[in-house]
Amino acid sequence: MATTARPEPTAAHPPHPTYHEVTRDIAATLGSPKRGYFVLMGFVLTVLAAGALALLYQVRWGLGVAGYTPPVMWGVYITTFVFWVGIAHSGTLISAILYLFRSAWRTAVYRTAEAMTVFAVMTAGLFPLIHVGRLWYAYWLVPYPNQRGLWVNFKSPLVWDVFAVSTYFTVSTLFLLVGLVPDVASIRDKATGWRKKFYRITALGWRGTDQQWRHYTKAYLYMAALATPLVLSVHSVVSWDFAMSIVPGWHATIFAPYFVAGAIYSGVAMVITLIVPLRKVFRLERYITVMHFENLSKLLLLTGMIVGYAYGMEYFIAWYSGNPFERASFWNRAFGDYWWATWTMILCNGVLPLLLWFPKVRRSIPALFVMSLFVNLGMWFERFVIIVVSLSFEYEPYAMGHYTPSWVDWTVLAGSFAWFFMWFLLFAKNFPTVSITEVKEIIPMPRRRKEAPA
Amino acid sequence: MSAAIPSGVLAGFRHVDDAAHAIRELKALGYDDFTVYSPVPNHEIADAVGHRISPVRTWTLVGGLTGFGSGLLMTMWMSLDYPVVVGGKPIPSVIPYIVIMFELTILLGALATVTGLVVHAVKNRRAAAYDPHFTDDQIGVFVPCGAERRTAVQQLFQKSGAEEVRLEA
Repeated sequence: MATTARPEPTAAHPPHPTYHEVTRDIAATLGSPKRGYFVLMGFVLTVLAAGALALLYQVRWGLGVAGYTPPVMWGVYITTFVFWVGIAHSGTLISAILYLFRSAWRTAVYRTAEAMTVFAVMTAGLFPLIHVGRLWYAYWLVPYPNQRGLWVNFKSPLVWDVFAVSTYFTVSTLFLLVGLVPDVASIRDKATGWRKKFYRITALGWRGTDQQWRHYTKAYLYMAALATPLVLSVHSVVSWDFAMSIVPGWHATIFAPYFVAGAIYSGVAMVITLIVPLRKVFRLERYITVMHFENLSKLLLLTGMIVGYAYGMEYFIAWYSGNPFERASFWNRAFGDYWWATWTMILCNGVLPLLLWFPKVRRSIPALFVMSLFVNLGMWFERFVIIVVSLSFEYEPYAMGHYTPSWVDWTVLAGSFAWFFMWFLLFAKNFPTVSITEVKEIIPMPRRRKEAPA
Repeated sequence: MSAAIPSGVLAGFRHVDDAAHAIRELKALGYDDFTVYSPVPNHEIADAVGHRISPVRTWTLVGGLTGFGSGLLMTMWMSLDYPVVVGGKPIPSVIPYIVIMFELTILLGALATVTGLVVHAVKNRRAAAYDPHFTDDQIGVFVPCGAERRTAVQQLFQKSGAEEVRLEA
């Protein structure tokens, strides 16, 4: 629905594809998968099964198998929860915020980002349940009174989190589905066999009539307007899970903006990780160009700089506050037991993105792909450092401890990646990963007469 | 589509200005029950058809306000229903509850927007002939009309530059 047109064709900007070519090229990405797809899917399902078995083992023997050691009772699971919620953020940034800013380039990448958002929230949502141990009591988080008539505590950030994450999941799913409907209709009109029946149902009777577009364009605009503040709120609320407590290293006002920037940073990195192979396999070079990667890498640079600044500020305030506990906590981060995790995070998130100041790096797809993997790694370690390292080194020296994740933790973490990629692989072969309608929208409709519309 | 397709004339246009011209001509002749199809939303066509602004925005507003109100009432009532008294402080603590009110504003606002979209799209649905090209690269216009007016409509479309004009029995 972006109205900004692309520049006139030049050597740098080849002529626009026609509407028909857009439908044809993107519809060609769907259809019966080849052997490679099944091999990849088989691998993903194997890892998922391993994760599920590890989880069942934990359900049988209790949370003790997960490596929790007092005082560190939040470990890999909460780290991974925050990691996946963070990944989810760039999808709505690209689809809603850049939509409101009328950035035409978003049309080629937003569908992948939005699908990634939904699947990342679906992954994140599992972790609070895994972390509480007795999965079957997860419904206690929902506001209903217990047997004595006591309600949930609305002053608790954990309850805010339930509201924020479930709202985010609902709204980002609706946003993805609303965006998909006209595209599915385009594919329905091309498909054959059982797929035609499938798309006939999922297109919900869409035909692109004037009445449908009239309501659709407005609904999309209001959805974007609602999703924009939501993106910023969700990770702020997640950050308050930490910042509202008095653990040294957590109790900081910078947490909300710091987490939001970090979330978008990791999310953009994951978008790059996903679209580099996607573009190659689906031969979408004509639609996802170096320009798109350069714009994504500028977002990466911006948010990476904010994250780097936040790292610096955390250390500065720890020193400047004069609070001995804060100072000790941050000294421990850099030079204590977990120094390796802290330096991984600083190198991957604070130093590596500085390479993006060079246009050559921003325009090199292999370089960006490698960098995106390091950013993902660094962002996981950022959450590990904030959560585990801060908890292991609180006020009283006799209460300090050391946490080492167990094989159950690592297997469930690997299983979460498999769960995410399973959904993404299923999506990529059945629904368009590049929006047909929105890519057409930035191509001017053919006109017989030259004059501009009145 | 369960309703039977009425008889009429269906035209496919490749050029947006031609289609807009044909729509304006049709309106000048007094037709207002035609259906226009386009692969993407387009301002020129929307202007030519001349709809009023979509009522979906009212749904968004009402949904958002309902969400805010229910967040406010729910948090207040639930704290008052089982008071947890802490050092004589007021029982409902509004500032932290704003998070809940905000999230419910967004949640119900979005749900109401999508409901509004579905309701209005279904309500304004008309049985009309269709062609698969209309989600690909053509703009379609369908005019339901009896046999006596067919030739006039057909000529109008052809003069406006339609790619294809088809009679629907």
